[in-house]
Amino acid sequence: MDKILRIDVGADGGPALREEPVGDYAGIGGRALTSTIVCKEVPADCHPLGPENKLVIAPGLLSGTAAVTSGRLSVGCKSPLTGGIKEANSGGQGAQVLARLGYAAIVLEGEWNGEDLYKVTITKDGATIETANELKMKTNYQLMEKFQETYGSSGAMLSIGTAGEMRLSNSTVAVTDKEGRPTRHAGRGGVGAVMGSKGVKVILLDGAGTSMRQPVDKEAFSDANKRFNEGLKKHAVTGQGLPTYGTNVLTNVLNEAGGYPTYNFKQGNFPDADKISGETQAELEISRGGVSTHGCHRGCSIQCSGTFLDKDGNYVTKQPEYETVWAHGGNCGICDLDAIATLDYLDDDFGLDTIEMGVTIGVAMEAGLLKFGDADGAIKLVKEVGAGTPLGRILGSGAATAARAYGIEKAPVVKGQGMPAYDPRAVKGIGVTYATSPMGADHTAGYAVATNILKVGGDVDPLSSEGQAALSQNLQIATAAVDSTGMCLFIAFAVLDQPETFQALIDIINGCYGLSLTADDVVALGKSVLEKERDFNARAGFTAADDRLPRYFRREQLPPHNVVFDVPDQELDQVFQW
Amino acid sequence: MIITLNCFASLKPYTPDGGTLELAEGTTVEAVLTRLGIPQEEIRLIFVNSVHVSPDTVLKDGDRLGIFPPVGGG
Repeated sequence: MDKILRIDVGADGGPALREEPVGDYAGIGGRALTSTIVCKEVPADCHPLGPENKLVIAPGLLSGTAAVTSGRLSVGCKSPLTGGIKEANSGGQGAQVLARLGYAAIVLEGEWNGEDLYKVTITKDGATIETANELKMKTNYQLMEKFQETYGSSGAMLSIGTAGEMRLSNSTVAVTDKEGRPTRHAGRGGVGAVMGSKGVKVILLDGAGTSMRQPVDKEAFSDANKRFNEGLKKHAVTGQGLPTYGTNVLTNVLNEAGGYPTYNFKQGNFPDADKISGETQAELEISRGGVSTHGCHRGCSIQCSGTFLDKDGNYVTKQPEYETVWAHGGNCGICDLDAIATLDYLDDDFGLDTIEMGVTIGVAMEAGLLKFGDADGAIKLVKEVGAGTPLGRILGSGAATAARAYGIEKAPVVKGQGMPAYDPRAVKGIGVTYATSPMGADHTAGYAVATNILKVGGDVDPLSSEGQAALSQNLQIATAAVDSTGMCLFIAFAVLDQPETFQALIDIINGCYGLSLTADDVVALGKSVLEKERDFNARAGFTAADDRLPRYFRREQLPPHNVVFDVPDQELDQVFQW
Repeated sequence: MIITLNCFASLKPYTPDGGTLELAEGTTVEAVLTRLGIPQEEIRLIFVNSVHVSPDTVLKDGDRLGIFPPVGGG
């Protein structure tokens, strides 16, 4: 990982590829690298779809090595959805293959001619780019059909569906899983639109002939990796809960805690939650011959995913995640797992973020465009987005745009990005993260749900405003560091509870690079990433007023606890004061 | 008095038929867990009426009790 591939789509005579040494960007990976490049090279006041913006794709520091669960890919840019800096993070095979090919990052830059679509192919012998206008308006699964033999079992495909090609603010960069399917997505913030604004439809990564990255200190690395893996296996969440039920095990938990946003964040309980719970989903998947334990990339030792088959045993989609089942399910009053799986497939196929899409449909339901619970209506709307009808383009531009178009106040968004599956009034720590994260409303940026609800990494009362700002601060710092390693964020469950597993993680990094980092260095890394992101956003025009939840979360009570969001503004403004 | 009881995830088999239990006044959560035979080390989260509580909580008629093993996601 000692080189960066720059693709200037606006070069004289057509797109030009340039490989350069990693140089000043050495020693960082993942989110640290994407945010550093964006912060340094992209003018913060540029239009996200203009020639000055760049799309940066970077594997984590440990990706491509034997480190378990290290296959996360970071995709960064100025976001068309939020207008701020963005790092969208994806599983799948992409990070591992890109790292083994030797790239610390791919940077798409320059001014596109606005017409031609391009296909980039990267093999061990280097990268090529060619015009591929036959791919216009192809969906992600159509691209898979066309290219699966090219990227093969040792490679991966990064692609945009129709949404990214139309440069919709809700559009993803899809990353194929170990079966070669486009089921993993750098989902949030419209990163697909930025790839579309560079005319790049697909990046094929051929892993043939590459080998695993070797650590500097093999013995120390291997010993640490073993201890780390044992830590993941030993912890009840990463070793048992996630593999057995997947992320959707949270439906019943959040519903039981009264923090499950239902009917566009109107109440904290969904009467039909059990019909779409992880327990029900796993049972259904297994009864149809699917699997409920599956990793999104090779080398994952948590295996939180699965495969969803229809009643006749045909593949529909990967196991829909908790966030997806919530966004399209409880948030929209829909309690049909088959309909939700279809929506998940359509989102993957068109390249749509399932959270933003579900939140947008919830807004459309609030606006009276269709009724809560109307699964067929929801499917029809997502198809409109994929096809790019005028209504589809409005809905494909995210929840904030849809709410504006329909003249309603209740858009559950921060910095223009839809809120995930935890109501910030009943899980106040996550409310602080939604409000203050440089990414907009993003649960992964500082997952206070762990401490508020799941009682992992401590116990902070979710219904009290006390201690939430400090909790979110610590988690946002830790997350920014983890997102830079290529490690899946789910390792945090074990790392937060088991100091020896946290130490093993640091030892893996040290063994890999021949360093002697301490826990303090990891904290410093996390802080430096957040400082860069905050600096970019400030230059893009963000102020303290943007670090707030929509006002109605302070005004309207959420049943059953009948609580409002009441963490004081002064505390929100202290989250990044260290 | 009668309470509603749901055990989730790996503890689901401990949910009584019909999802309700008839209890004597003053029964604690801990007594219910013992009666159902749920191994203590497998229990991480206890909710009564959507509030996280400790095992010594005294139950009232009409309460809704939810029991979870350690779980996570996101």
